[in-house]
Amino acid sequence: MTFMDPLLEILHKNAKYTASQLAEMLADDEAAVAARVAAWEEDGTILGYQAILNSEKAGNEGVIAFIEVKLTPERGGGFDRLAQRISKFDQVTDCYLLSGSYDLLVTVEGSTLRDTARFVSEKLSTLEGVISTATHFQLKTYKQNGLMMHSEASEKRLPVAP
Amino acid sequence: MNISERISKRVQGIPRSGIRDFFELVQGRDDVISLGVGEPDFCAPWHIREAAIYSLEKGETSYTSNLGLMNLRKSIAGYVEKHFHTQYDPAREILVTVGVSEALDIAFRALLNPGDEVIYHEPCYVSYNPSIYLAYGQAVAIQTKVEDNFSLRAADVEAAITPKSRVLMLNFPTNPTGAIQPADEMEKIAALCVKHDLIVITDEIYSELLYDRAEHTSILAFPGIRERTILMHGFSKAFAMTGFRLGYACAPPELTEAMMKIHQYAMLCAPMTSQVAAIEALENGAPEVERMRKAYERRRNILLSRMDAMGLPCFKPGGAFYAFPDIREFGLTSKQFAMQLLEEEDVAAVPGDAFGKAGEGFLRCCYATDETQLSTALDRIADFVGRLRSR
Repeated sequence: MTFMDPLLEILHKNAKYTASQLAEMLADDEAAVAARVAAWEEDGTILGYQAILNSEKAGNEGVIAFIEVKLTPERGGGFDRLAQRISKFDQVTDCYLLSGSYDLLVTVEGSTLRDTARFVSEKLSTLEGVISTATHFQLKTYKQNGLMMHSEASEKRLPVAP
Repeated sequence: MNISERISKRVQGIPRSGIRDFFELVQGRDDVISLGVGEPDFCAPWHIREAAIYSLEKGETSYTSNLGLMNLRKSIAGYVEKHFHTQYDPAREILVTVGVSEALDIAFRALLNPGDEVIYHEPCYVSYNPSIYLAYGQAVAIQTKVEDNFSLRAADVEAAITPKSRVLMLNFPTNPTGAIQPADEMEKIAALCVKHDLIVITDEIYSELLYDRAEHTSILAFPGIRERTILMHGFSKAFAMTGFRLGYACAPPELTEAMMKIHQYAMLCAPMTSQVAAIEALENGAPEVERMRKAYERRRNILLSRMDAMGLPCFKPGGAFYAFPDIREFGLTSKQFAMQLLEEEDVAAVPGDAFGKAGEGFLRCCYATDETQLSTALDRIADFVGRLRSR
């Protein structure tokens, strides 16, 4: 992703930098940097900070499913009301409106396969306006949030070169 | 038979590179943080590597035209026109080489008669002086100064010109100082080249890596220059493709043909896989170049802020990925300083005198290394400098 603001660009890559480190990188004033970050947190530009985990290593036994959902759009509101409603479930981690053969792509995290299946059959499919769903269970993660799950060891650079 | 005596006098006359001496010292140590490299820490972007792999899969493993793949030369023509606002004919004016290093070597060999003088500016890349010498030229170094931000003064160029002067060699942004050349001074130098009928060789390998929103001014921008100039550029720095060994020279047909005569016998052609990868780099590499450029700029800022905090004078480099701090206050030679820094703090940086006399009293620190490593290295340098001051 590219952002117009270099400070946001850095934070999007790595939120762990302190205000002093950020100020150093941008040749800016520490207090000014801290104030800008605080303002973004306040106005919701920055929604939160999370660690990106390698689920296998972190011992996550949960199940992740990607669900294609077809909806009947509503007069006036389009897909928004229903999409918001679906998004509010705790199990839903991501929800996007897409172009193409279905409308919403919903990511659901459950603790077991049965859990997730129950959520789809009992909650999601039964909502008025949901025409159909197709559930795809995740088998393995190769890359997430721009990060490779398994990085290959690379040849080291020479320590001194012209 | 004494084998050493069978080495040509000319090669015997070349001293070992100061960088190689230092390299051997560093190699024996673990846990060294190196600011001593002259290459990006990024891997070549994946789409470029993938293009190389696909080319191998298709079995593109043959020789190419001596000049290089026509499609690559066309891409180069487009890129150079966009970035240097100068047009070159891909059929007759562009030669694809094995890095800028090869381009330099064959340019000097193509241009120089014994004793012809080449004016260049120091501190500079380590190969300029020996390449001139190996081509039987006479190297005439102008010492640039920290007071001038290591830029080249037209007055110094004029003073160095003699009836034997044939070539002016330029490198901005500069390895090892990170200097950029102000446009007004460049314009005066361009006029001198025209007046004294000098050929210009301009190595602009770092021209994409500029900071503080600066724009690159090539000497090509000035009247009368294109027809006497060899522009050299390559893929190693901006595209992080050092190991692909690929560069190019753009020059009027007569000069290209002369370089080509040497290139065809010495090299035949640049490696095809690298050439295919280079097309991908030029056509689709701009976003990755910009991503890396921004990272270098952030790291430069970190380095400058720390140098400032430790009171180590360091001029603000406008380009490339090197800083050249001034260590004269400690009464040590560059070599002594670098060796002690390595021994006491496990930080490797190259002594400035490896890049010519004018580099004595300075240290080349490459900041093409990740922020954490860079930050640790700078902490260690601060400790070292603090200790030196209290001794």
